[in-house]
Amino acid sequence: MTTVDEVRRAPAGTRVALFATCANDVMFPQTPKAVVTLLERLGCEVVFPAGQTCCGQAFTNTGYFDEAVPVVRNYVRTFRDYDYIVGPSGSCVGSVRHQHEMLGRHAGDPGLAREAAAVAARTYDISEFVVDVLGMTDVGAYFPHKVTYHPTCHSMRVAQVGDKPMRLLQAVRGITVLPLVDDDRCCGFGGTFAMKNPDISTAMAGDKARHVADTGAEYLVAGDNLCLLNISGVLNRQSAGVKPIHLAEILASREGERT
Amino acid sequence: MSVQDRTSGAAGRAPVAGLPAPRFEGVRKTPAPPEGELIDEPRFPVAAKRELELPVQRGNLHHAMTTIRTKRARVTAELGHWEELRLAGEAIKNRTLRHLDSYLLQLEENLTAAGAVVHWARDAAEANRIVVDLVREALADEDVTYDGTGEAGAEVVKVKSMVTQEIGLNEALEEAGIAAWETDLAEIIVQLGHDRPSHFLVPAIHRNRAEVREIFLDEMGNYGKPAPPDLDSEPRNLAGAARLHLREKFLRAKVGVSGANFAVAESGTLVIVESEGNGRMCLTLPQTLITVTGIEKVLPTFDDLEVFLQLLPRSSTAERMNPYTSLWTGPRAGDGPEKMHVVLLDNGRTRVLSDPQGRSALRCIRCSACLNVCPVYEKVGGHAYGSVYPGPIGSILTPQLRGTSSAVDKSLPFASSLCGACFDVCPVRIPIPDLLVYMRHQVVAAKKAEAKNTRRPFLTHGEPAAMTAAAWMMSDAKRWIAATKGAGIGGKLLGRADHLGPLPWPASLWTNARDVPVPPKESFRSWWQREREGNQR
Repeated sequence: MTTVDEVRRAPAGTRVALFATCANDVMFPQTPKAVVTLLERLGCEVVFPAGQTCCGQAFTNTGYFDEAVPVVRNYVRTFRDYDYIVGPSGSCVGSVRHQHEMLGRHAGDPGLAREAAAVAARTYDISEFVVDVLGMTDVGAYFPHKVTYHPTCHSMRVAQVGDKPMRLLQAVRGITVLPLVDDDRCCGFGGTFAMKNPDISTAMAGDKARHVADTGAEYLVAGDNLCLLNISGVLNRQSAGVKPIHLAEILASREGERT
Repeated sequence: MSVQDRTSGAAGRAPVAGLPAPRFEGVRKTPAPPEGELIDEPRFPVAAKRELELPVQRGNLHHAMTTIRTKRARVTAELGHWEELRLAGEAIKNRTLRHLDSYLLQLEENLTAAGAVVHWARDAAEANRIVVDLVREALADEDVTYDGTGEAGAEVVKVKSMVTQEIGLNEALEEAGIAAWETDLAEIIVQLGHDRPSHFLVPAIHRNRAEVREIFLDEMGNYGKPAPPDLDSEPRNLAGAARLHLREKFLRAKVGVSGANFAVAESGTLVIVESEGNGRMCLTLPQTLITVTGIEKVLPTFDDLEVFLQLLPRSSTAERMNPYTSLWTGPRAGDGPEKMHVVLLDNGRTRVLSDPQGRSALRCIRCSACLNVCPVYEKVGGHAYGSVYPGPIGSILTPQLRGTSSAVDKSLPFASSLCGACFDVCPVRIPIPDLLVYMRHQVVAAKKAEAKNTRRPFLTHGEPAAMTAAAWMMSDAKRWIAATKGAGIGGKLLGRADHLGPLPWPASLWTNARDVPVPPKESFRSWWQREREGNQR
């Protein structure tokens, strides 16, 4: 068993603003809790700026740019004073980094665009923060289960977290990471896509769920809870016996503690 | 079979998208396409549901798309400089579009100097009128008959071309009494099948070989050399039947019609990239060659082809080198067509060009890599998109070119989960996901503008009302906290149940196929306040 003392700690006093994201706040509180547990164990001071709400992606990606702008303003206002802003979602973090500046320009507010870009540059997905900023892959986690990993489109292609989540997973004690066929294919969630094109979304989710079930894994891991919600919605309906879990929750698990 | 019978040739075979019914009551020269206009298709989710229910198409698409995707990944990965090629392709196209006016004039000058005649067409109607007149003129020279009975008649042979589909040239020619024969194998299957193409590159991808055999047996004899009666469904034999059927058309036709993959401004050279040799036949055998091309197809220099003749085949057919690449620079006496015409088509392109945020879509070289990698396209195929341009690029380009007034055009930018796989494979690096989002904004803006002119205010529609309310709530944490306070109550009431099954609309859009977890008893924010800030609720 690895103790906290054996893993590399972040520089003393690294202060992290947790960006919980709206969906995690209300629907998946266990995930931001796991981020708190993990980051504190790795020597960070975690704060939760109370003014936060959302990245605004649901508005932006549905074409409601004007409506997204005040949400962006709120994000910038809430997080502008922090050096490290960390969220457990490649999709929300990706939206902050890829869309906030554009929305500032759309609003005809170059000041907002500039500040949004600066805040976005300090916004990290949890996997990036741990690997790139803290310089760790072994976080002393223990998870004695068979898992398979779905990289999620926005973690992969918008936040571009690369192989960081997989490196973190593979360093977990006791874990078996099983390969997932067509792992880079979309699960069909796509935000409002699932509601606007429910039939195609269902067909895509069905493929993903089938590939996941075929791995024989006990847990399906991803860095985005809404993709997990989609895939596990199908798996649960089929009583497939595969549980969804966010990457941060695995990284927060330790030997001797129930997961 | 009598001439009249040709109008209902598809009887007895399962129809695909739309109904294969005759457009004209009178005598047609070529097989009638499905009734109606593409733009009148239902909005994408409705058409998609119809397409999802076609098992042959689902199977074909899955198999073909998986194969070509895998092959493309292999032949692009083997090049050490693939990403540099993409950047070069993007840069060349951007430079061209920035100075499109001067390159087009240069192209016209050099085409003319090479002996071709250049025509400018503002829109589809103008382009069709020009081509019809040119064909009539060419046929008048040849003293041909107009009876359409299979002798040398009023007809043209065509190289596979997206732009002539965009303008509906075949039907415009048909209305003028001129038969337009497709010569690409898959386009023949589509044309003889009273069908519509469903993919840029493999337009009959929705058909399997048994269906192709039936189409050939039923239809070939109505329009020329019949298929051998003992034709089986071996691809080699199907191709053989098509070859024999086409040969007499190639040898007979006085006029060829093509698009162009590239048009080189500095030399006046036109380029066609194809795989079957049918294009080479159309480009060399007829006396007159008419090329219709979108104005965005121009490339400044001959050297630029070095980049695009690597990018296009590897992205499109996943081939290292294209099998038949034809380049021609004006007519040559005694060698190929004696008369060459080039129609430079706008049809909405200058409007797209005038939009700095949208214009990168004009870089498209119609390779179809984005279709092949798209999980949405793979499920529904091309017919769901109500456009000759399906898939991710079509979901942008179609509403850009046609505008966002029709129901189908309003729905197309939403025909994507925004997974982003399309950008990764695009050889000219069109930011397709960003453009989809941008076009969604254009649709919402158009709906807002339309609502101003109606009695029903925008905010009384479900989605805008929900979006506006949610945005108001999420732009201030106090409102967000107030709104989400109740979320945990459900969790408390539902006790030990951890998932919910089918729920009423609109939740049914989700729960028809998926369970949904019961909300937790406490939000993260409440937990944090209780645990870390000592706030008791």
